[in-house]
Amino acid sequence: MIKKLSVLSVATAVAAIVAGTSWAQERTVNVYNWSDYIDESVIADFTKETGIKVVYDVFDSNELLETKLLAGGSGYDVVVPTGNFLARQIQAGVFQKLDKSKLPNLSNMWDVVSERTAKYDPGNEYSINYMWGTVGIGYNQKKVQEALGIEAIDSWDVVFNPEKLSKLADCGVYILDSPTDIIPTTFKYLGIDTESTSPEDIAKAEEALLKIRPYVRKFHSSEYINALANGDICLAIGWSGDVFQARDRAAEADQGVVVEYAIPTEGAEMWFDQFAIPADAPHVAEAHEFLNYMMKPEVIAKATNYVYFPNGNKASQEFIDKEIMEDPAIYPDEATMAKLFTVSPYDPKTQRLITRSWTKVVTGQ
Amino acid sequence: MTEAAVSPYSARQGAPSFAARALQAVTSRLVVIVPYLWLLVFFLVPFLIVFKISLSQTAIAMPPYTPVLSFEDGISGFISQLSELNFDNYLWLADDPLYFNAYVSSVWIAGVSTFFALLVGYPVAYGMARAPASLRPTLLMLVILPFWTSFLIRVYAWMGILKPEGLLNQLLLNLGIIDTPLLIMNTHTAIFIGIVYSYLPFMILPLYSALEKMDYSLIEAAQDLGCPPISAFWKITFPLSLPGVIAGCMLVFIPAVGEFVIPDLLGGSQTLMIGKTLWNEFFANRDWPVSSAVAVILLLLLIVPIMIFQFSQARAQEQGR
Repeated sequence: MIKKLSVLSVATAVAAIVAGTSWAQERTVNVYNWSDYIDESVIADFTKETGIKVVYDVFDSNELLETKLLAGGSGYDVVVPTGNFLARQIQAGVFQKLDKSKLPNLSNMWDVVSERTAKYDPGNEYSINYMWGTVGIGYNQKKVQEALGIEAIDSWDVVFNPEKLSKLADCGVYILDSPTDIIPTTFKYLGIDTESTSPEDIAKAEEALLKIRPYVRKFHSSEYINALANGDICLAIGWSGDVFQARDRAAEADQGVVVEYAIPTEGAEMWFDQFAIPADAPHVAEAHEFLNYMMKPEVIAKATNYVYFPNGNKASQEFIDKEIMEDPAIYPDEATMAKLFTVSPYDPKTQRLITRSWTKVVTGQ
Repeated sequence: MTEAAVSPYSARQGAPSFAARALQAVTSRLVVIVPYLWLLVFFLVPFLIVFKISLSQTAIAMPPYTPVLSFEDGISGFISQLSELNFDNYLWLADDPLYFNAYVSSVWIAGVSTFFALLVGYPVAYGMARAPASLRPTLLMLVILPFWTSFLIRVYAWMGILKPEGLLNQLLLNLGIIDTPLLIMNTHTAIFIGIVYSYLPFMILPLYSALEKMDYSLIEAAQDLGCPPISAFWKITFPLSLPGVIAGCMLVFIPAVGEFVIPDLLGGSQTLMIGKTLWNEFFANRDWPVSSAVAVILLLLLIVPIMIFQFSQARAQEQGR
């Protein structure tokens, strides 16, 4: 028995060494992206075309990604932080500048998006847009109609007017547990500059949120997807793509739940998920090849057709399914687009103020 | 082993005894050192790192605090880095009642949960200990069985049971016991249910081991002498199981204080717990120093019950002798 075992373990060790050397010759790229955020065949196609093996790993919060990046030595070659996180990470020295000579497909990018992402990454030196979206209202169409007597939601008033929200309280209201998204959105409703960092304005937003607090069942950043899809709640302030996921799941389940997404006419926050290469990435050349591949119009269109998020690639738009391209909730028309706003990252002091205000809103403490 | 057996005899023979004794002394020391080394590497060193970060200041850098201690500038540079450390973050915690309230509310939630875990766990452990010896291994297995499923999935299952349109409400509605769904999900009650359920085995196992060892002829003796069963329980069974009670309570209370997942999934947003506060400081504010300070205080807070536990264990051992 012992003899057998030792033979076996020697064989395993030899196999491991052989495999190890063959891996060393194989080119790889370590990608760290959001969960449920790509058509898997895109990755397989990339490997087929370039021979570069993709080690694909996923995360589900910007905070988690940031902690790994700040601690250093993450081992990833391509990561996908959201704009305001990216800005701070660039400042902290987490990323390296892109070698644009290796990225000829940059010419496919959409200026409407890259002008806005320059706010986080001046000159787009460090990052390329992958997908973008909005922070709007996801709702259960039938239940909202029953409670409020309206066909569709088109204004933030449904959320921020306590009288209206109180009518939805019983069937359930969720709000993202994300102060850096919700406080600027509250500013928008109150007519305050969305970029404001003044303590007085933050206090006003806090006051407005405290008024609707009694009617909010929970502040959470992911539970609302299932809750909307199952019909457990009737309204959520959420990220566009997540609401579309809920919409699809509800349609699949076919239990009579109809989920809709609204970008209110007052305007909504726009967010961007950006590809970037960490400063200590072990496979820089492969990372550039991967990014260049992801900017091919047909490739990124395939990704969009799968995840239902708009992308920042102008040339890809002819390859995107009509139902996505013509859905104003995904690709807003120009008038709506003009009303979307972006939020700059906060300095640590303002961030602390906002987190503290938020804790008060959420817990009452 | 052999050394120990040989040495008393070899002592009479003079010279070799010294070497043998020295060797024995060294090996016995080594054996003692191993657990201390373990504690040093896996507890004290990480604690000192966290403690050091709690004395630093936050910065936009990698890692996100300053100073980062290093010997790059020689000893004097190291000393000047040390002088940058201070207790400001602890003063900050004292300034805002939020942190104090979070600690108190965590201890309260953990305390109530521990009480209910004891209430549920004691009869179960008692029943197991009094069950026929042939049945006990099976019962023990059943207590451990839930661990075979991921903790997270079990908590998610509770969401399915407790939510307004969940199994519990549907059952009660169909039976006609209630007219409107009970709102248990996203309340403190849901957190208590979640914690009691998840940590129950940690309560039952030490209780069971204490109760199983008990000599039940003592109860028979008491009853022979006319003691009613209830008072026999309080006068004999409970005091004898006290070490198990304390061990079980500690095993539930200590992790429950820092619990993050159960309040996040089952609790409402209004639940303030130190785990969530720590999360906010670390992830939302990116303030590693303040979150480290919160963690250090939490540790100090837990040391008190751990000391009580140690003390009672030591006493129980002495009594055992």
